[in-house]
Amino acid sequence: MMNAESPVVSPQSPMLLKITNLQTRIAVRDGTVHALDGVNLEVAERETLGIVGESGSGKTMTGLSILKLLPQPGGYIADGSIVLDGVDLVGVPEREMARQWRGRRVSMISQDPLTSLNPVYSIGDQVGGPFLYHGLVHSRADARQAAIDVLRRVRIPSPESRLDDYPHQFSGGMRQRVVAAMAIACQPRLLIADEPTSALDVTIQVQMIELLKQIQQDTGVGIIMITHDMGVAASMCDRIAVMYAGRVVESGKVRDIYHAPAHPYTQALLASIPRLGQSRDRLSSIGGQPPSLLNPPKGCRFAARCAHRMTKCETDDPPEFKMDAGHSSACWLHEGAPHVP
Amino acid sequence: MQTERTLGGGLPPALRAGVLRRLLGQGIPWGSLTVLLLLIIAAIGGETLAPWDPNALNLANVFKPPAWHANGSFAHLLGTDNLGRDIFSRIIAGARVSVTVALYVIVLSGGVGSFIGLIAGFFGGVVDAVLMRLADIQMSIPSLALALVMAVVLDPSFTTVVIVIVITYWTWYARIVRSEVLSLKERDYVALARVAGCSNATILRRHLLPNVANTLLVLATLQVGQVIVFEASLSFLGLGIQQPDVSWGLMLADARSYMTHAWWLITLPGVAIMLTCLASNLVGDWLRDTLDPRRKQR
Repeated sequence: MMNAESPVVSPQSPMLLKITNLQTRIAVRDGTVHALDGVNLEVAERETLGIVGESGSGKTMTGLSILKLLPQPGGYIADGSIVLDGVDLVGVPEREMARQWRGRRVSMISQDPLTSLNPVYSIGDQVGGPFLYHGLVHSRADARQAAIDVLRRVRIPSPESRLDDYPHQFSGGMRQRVVAAMAIACQPRLLIADEPTSALDVTIQVQMIELLKQIQQDTGVGIIMITHDMGVAASMCDRIAVMYAGRVVESGKVRDIYHAPAHPYTQALLASIPRLGQSRDRLSSIGGQPPSLLNPPKGCRFAARCAHRMTKCETDDPPEFKMDAGHSSACWLHEGAPHVP
Repeated sequence: MQTERTLGGGLPPALRAGVLRRLLGQGIPWGSLTVLLLLIIAAIGGETLAPWDPNALNLANVFKPPAWHANGSFAHLLGTDNLGRDIFSRIIAGARVSVTVALYVIVLSGGVGSFIGLIAGFFGGVVDAVLMRLADIQMSIPSLALALVMAVVLDPSFTTVVIVIVITYWTWYARIVRSEVLSLKERDYVALARVAGCSNATILRRHLLPNVANTLLVLATLQVGQVIVFEASLSFLGLGIQQPDVSWGLMLADARSYMTHAWWLITLPGVAIMLTCLASNLVGDWLRDTLDPRRKQR
């Protein structure tokens, strides 16, 4: 019953999610924030895409744009398309979004397991809720059974006996598992994990990453992993997109990004990770600050902080140059390489 | 429980469980529940339960002290007032007014106030600004001055008392609920509920309201006492309940001229008010502890 409505990827579009030239704006008192400015991303089925970047680079905005839950008042998608399973979500009306897409085909795990669960409902009620709400089951008893099944899938020991417990009786890692259970309850096609491990201990982080991988193997869900932890991204993701000031500056397979970073920002980001056994007086950092997105500068947005700045960078926007298969970088250093179509 | 048993091994069972602690917060507050139960019975039964007609005058028998006093008699358990009316009967009859006013006020001001607080806190912006300024304006008007005006416009009556107190107290609920909602709505479970496809109405009803319910409960039980005292002061000033209806506040008002030589006239209705406040507060605390899943386990 639960699989009956799961859409199948049409042969013409092998990609589960394809974001093209996404422009997300937020109107504020002082003007318009160009939160996302021409973002292109792709996620295939059974693939994990990591989005890394510093605070304010647009990682979370990308996630919220896909869900169409932009901050209100003021947030809107000005241009571009978000095609999930062949449907452009930008054109889907709010009502249908709430009923058919959110929680159903796109789901989310948030950062803080301590506040992700409502303290006044038992775990069984919360995990069973989505099944009832989306009409996948029609009685409380069935919802309970469905909750037990999904809790078992996230490796909660003896879920039958824990169903009537409340969130405060669970540890942080366990709560994050429960959150994951709720997120995968309706068998979504795409899971957005917004810093799912940031609030967890390192040992629990590893377990969580393994759990997400396991879920992916079981269900084929595509995962967008938003993180600022390059280590987590490396251990979890297939491909990585590096974001800076509302744009994807470089994207490629994990191996490409870590071993052959092309964009100066990616290089600087990797250089700032402290390494075990390497003694340094100061951690290397990237000087300066990201530009204000209220008035984004002309040309390359990283230009002001870039060690390889050229005059062209300050006037012309770099397109995405193709480095090699699946690896692209938006930097004039690679001028001459073919453009990404 | 386990540790207590080991610690107090040699004591009689009642003391082992910690009678005082039990009465004052831990366990089921039997004393307070009994007081409230008696109060409700008195409110329902009213005059039919009273040994005397609460309005029957007996000028031959005025200022009779309570039964335990040297000049008292068991015919009038709590004595009589300046017109020879039986105090015990009047306290029973007065319970009806006090309890109904308290119930009406709490349901109405709690309902209106928490609805406004939820809306203001959740939607923020202009809605919040307008509603909260309204509350500020309301709070800046002295409630007794408002009561005076209302009494002139609407005539002193039971309804006027309820309206005045509701208008005074809804701001409490509105402000407290709003401030709770402001913090609750930023929790991830609200964001995740949205991600799961819940509408604003669902989030307000299913996620925010249950989380403020405990606060509301505590506020409501704390208010029982205040409402009764407020009604008493309105009646005391002649703006509330009118003769021949009986209310505790009215009894206080009647008794104030005789305070020096007939203490029971003013003390006993006062004790009734105090017991009611205390009982409702203790029961409120107990309900909060029992209903809050985070406290239940401790």
